[in-house]
Amino acid sequence: MTQEPTIRAVGVTKRYGSHTAVRAVDLALMPGECVAMVGHNGAGKSSLIKLMLGLTTPDAGHLSVLGGDPAGADAPHIRRQVGFLPENVAFHPSMTGRETLDFYARLKGVPCRGNPALFERVGLETPAVARRVGTYSKGMRQRLALAQALLGDPKILFLDEPTTGLDPALRQSFYEIVATLRDAGTTILLCSHALTELEGQADRVVVMSRGSKVADGSLSTLRGLARLPVRIRLTLAEEDAETLARRMGEGAALTRLAGGVVELACANDDKVAAVRRVIANDTAITDIEIVQPSLDEMYAHFLRQTDAQREAAE
Amino acid sequence: MNTLLIIAGKEIRDGLRNRWVVATTLLMASLALALSFLGAAPTGTVGVGPVEVTIVSLSSLTIFLLPLIALLLSFDAVVGEIDRGTMTLLLSYPVARWQVLIGKFLGHAAIIAFATVLGYGSAGAALALGGAEIGHDSWRAFAAMIGSSVLLGAAFTALGYLASTLVRDRGTAAGIAVALWLVLVLLYDIALLGLLVADGGKTVDAGVLNGLLLANPADAYRLFNLTGFKNVSLLAGTAGLAAQVQFSGAVLLGALAAWVAAPLGLAVLLFSKRQI
Repeated sequence: MTQEPTIRAVGVTKRYGSHTAVRAVDLALMPGECVAMVGHNGAGKSSLIKLMLGLTTPDAGHLSVLGGDPAGADAPHIRRQVGFLPENVAFHPSMTGRETLDFYARLKGVPCRGNPALFERVGLETPAVARRVGTYSKGMRQRLALAQALLGDPKILFLDEPTTGLDPALRQSFYEIVATLRDAGTTILLCSHALTELEGQADRVVVMSRGSKVADGSLSTLRGLARLPVRIRLTLAEEDAETLARRMGEGAALTRLAGGVVELACANDDKVAAVRRVIANDTAITDIEIVQPSLDEMYAHFLRQTDAQREAAE
Repeated sequence: MNTLLIIAGKEIRDGLRNRWVVATTLLMASLALALSFLGAAPTGTVGVGPVEVTIVSLSSLTIFLLPLIALLLSFDAVVGEIDRGTMTLLLSYPVARWQVLIGKFLGHAAIIAFATVLGYGSAGAALALGGAEIGHDSWRAFAAMIGSSVLLGAAFTALGYLASTLVRDRGTAAGIAVALWLVLVLLYDIALLGLLVADGGKTVDAGVLNGLLLANPADAYRLFNLTGFKNVSLLAGTAGLAAQVQFSGAVLLGALAAWVAAPLGLAVLLFSKRQI
């Protein structure tokens, strides 16, 4: 069975006055796919999500969500199947957690009897649920926000900076929930600054810069595209480092780090050969570590690349 | 329809929680009771009942107070929710923009109606318990005063919603609300008087004046209550004016209703086009 994309954007552009927030973005998201959208503030991530939610309308291009126009006549039908966790979520402080979720459940046409299970799932305990949202900590508000996004088993989940303010344990359980949903066939679009925590969570990464999509692919594809060096870190005695430097010869950049660690940088394709050469030298290596370029570095690389291209074009 | 009720219900609960409902109701009730007790004292020889006295004083008070309460309650309704970020989440739900706006308006209007009916109703109850002979007509006039007060409150709530939808900043919305109150409640009548004096009756005839009075919800309300009922207008000293005003009660109520519908309609139109 060939699957239809749940979200398809073709050349979508959004302008606010003279400022172009989203620039000719093409994007297709499949069911059961967890896509991370990265980019710094003002890169167009939130603007793109607002377009997909139908809160704003594109100035150019075509956007379809679950086969319909999110800002058109199908909107109520589409939004019933969409969950959204906004950046800096806010609730009415005078309502209790339970009242808040009941309110949103009724708006979505979901029976409220499923709400206790939802609270349990996001880890909000019964005493907390009965308290007013105004007294909540950031972590509790974020859990409530996740609970409302999960109402009615959405087919698409938009999560804008979902883990800001969560402690590491909570982050862990948050990503477990996301993984379960993805396996159940939900499309998840995740925006984040915390790039390192996305590794291992996202099937695909979309890099945004100044409203344009500058890269799109799985982490390994992006690694290949970025051609960033892999670093091999060796812990060994001081004098051995000298011999190693001599023997490795040219082609391998060698830097010394603190604590008797030597770092070798080489292209991804050469790393196996490089490791062989290091081992073949009968130097006394106490530890070896291979460091892949992190998402942070790749992100920085793609931004530099786009900036350079833009300058060249001008 | 259901969505409207859910949103209106939430707004009412909010009002109950942040003491708006209690505060407004107490304020209205205490002022109404004070006026009715004052009004009940010196009526012997004038030939009008305590109810008429209360209507005249209460409706004069309402013109100042109720628009202010309504505007304070409503100016933040849209711009505040956008500012706090609750609007983005709300609009990502399967609700239409007009449902959000009308639903919230219904909630706020219900708060005003509740406070007015209960507050002024308590004054009516006090009068009834006072033991004086009160005619059927007097009660009708009193009920009409309460009803039209609710309508006046709704009109200014709608104006507050319009202010709240027009701008992107809460401070500006508050400024517009205050300006609306100043102009419609205080300055309009002064300007009208000034115009009449300056003109000396050359171009501004009764027809034009009547039209100008309809163009302000506060004046439509005043005319309705002070000229609509014979006993009241005798007391208020507006009997002469009542003979000049060609509008029936229905037209004046219609004007008030239009002052609810027009700003609200415009606010809905603006809000549906708004890029959040």
